[in-house]
Amino acid sequence: MHHVLVEQWSRRASWLHRRDARGKLLALVAILIAIGTTRIDAHAALAAYALLLITALLAARLPVISILLRSASVLPFTGTFALVSWIAGDAPRAISLLEKSYLSALAALLLISTTPLPRLFAGLESLGVPRLINLTVQFLYRYLFVISEQAQHMRLASRCRSSGKNNHGTRSRFAAATGSLAVLFARSYGRAEGVHRAMLSRGFAGHFPLLAAPRFTLADGGFLTAAIASALLVRVGL
Amino acid sequence: MSALIEVRGLRYRYDDGTQALNGIDFDLRPGDCVALLGANGSGKTTFVLHLNGLLTGEGFVKVCGLPVTKENLPAIRAKIGMVFQDSDEQLFMPSVLEDVAFGPANQGLKIEEATARAHTALTQVGMDWAAAKAPYHLSAGEKRRVALAGVLAMDPEILVLDEPTTYLDPPGQRELLKLLKELPQAKILVTHDIPFAQSLATRAVFFEKGKVVAEGSVSQVVGQFDWHL
Repeated sequence: MHHVLVEQWSRRASWLHRRDARGKLLALVAILIAIGTTRIDAHAALAAYALLLITALLAARLPVISILLRSASVLPFTGTFALVSWIAGDAPRAISLLEKSYLSALAALLLISTTPLPRLFAGLESLGVPRLINLTVQFLYRYLFVISEQAQHMRLASRCRSSGKNNHGTRSRFAAATGSLAVLFARSYGRAEGVHRAMLSRGFAGHFPLLAAPRFTLADGGFLTAAIASALLVRVGL
Repeated sequence: MSALIEVRGLRYRYDDGTQALNGIDFDLRPGDCVALLGANGSGKTTFVLHLNGLLTGEGFVKVCGLPVTKENLPAIRAKIGMVFQDSDEQLFMPSVLEDVAFGPANQGLKIEEATARAHTALTQVGMDWAAAKAPYHLSAGEKRRVALAGVLAMDPEILVLDEPTTYLDPPGQRELLKLLKELPQAKILVTHDIPFAQSLATRAVFFEKGKVVAEGSVSQVVGQFDWHL
């Protein structure tokens, strides 16, 4: 699965992997702001951001081509808006929209490919993201695997009971898909109750313990400064 | 020897009107390993959910001398380790270590102590190598072991295992059996796995329509209800 691969990358060892999640999160925010506020005709600046991000990928010993390709998964979504701009006669804005969204996705992918999720969530929490939201996202991610596995089983069961011919028509296929969604929803609800029960059994009283407080070292400070300075330099200089 | 668990006249009706428990009397003594047998829907799981206050019915339930009341729940939940049928429901934290340390940390132990307890419990079940892994990267057998470590880390006096052999292959079942035999805690097994119950349980209780209808050795109870495969 796509996200499993990204998680495997996040557990590799490199200088960038070892950096504190808060430093990487703030660096991401800085570069996203820089990309977002760059002029639409400043192609040199956008190329420089790309160069910075590719250098970081190489430093983190990540598979550059694979990550560059995966970053393109954002394009079908932003492509719609780019198309609207294009049709409206603003071609430079359309191109810039594609470039900026691609670079933003690349920067976000760089972050999650170099930071294991528990550390990323701990970093978000210590930066002030409300714990409830943080935990909800964690639960969502955790049980996404379980629910997607259930969906795959249901699809397999459905295929086992079909004749193999695609002769049921769109309407019946749609009905089957919506039925499966309803079942998945009901099962997810049941699972949520089960999880809550398991939490209560182990003494949960509304607070999730955090095992290790993240440490922000001098090297993390150096990394953050360098990242912000680079983004600023490109933003202002090119 | 005083009973670790004492249940008298326990009744419970679900919101939809189903009478799940209909006057249960039950005792668990130190060193006991009791298998709860019976058909699906006979009330076994509903019964064990009353032992740590997850469900509350009419009647009297006492655990380690403490009545199961709202005030006693933290103490009672520290004494009863409950391993659920579906390990995915029990492993909810992002990493194995955090999950196993969840219970001890909730008991108020310092982070270092909770972490040390988690490592000890993981070593006990042979899973310390997976401490940094995410739970969804584990096999069904490994998840079951980690779930067990999660309750052992709380140092409970009683273990309740709901269908412990579900999803486990024969070697996994054998390993679990060996592990459970080594654990000193009193145990309650909710199971349909008769060979497993025969290998581990010192006593069996048979549930039927929310009542205990027979009690004795596993072989006696299984023979009485023709519960063989």
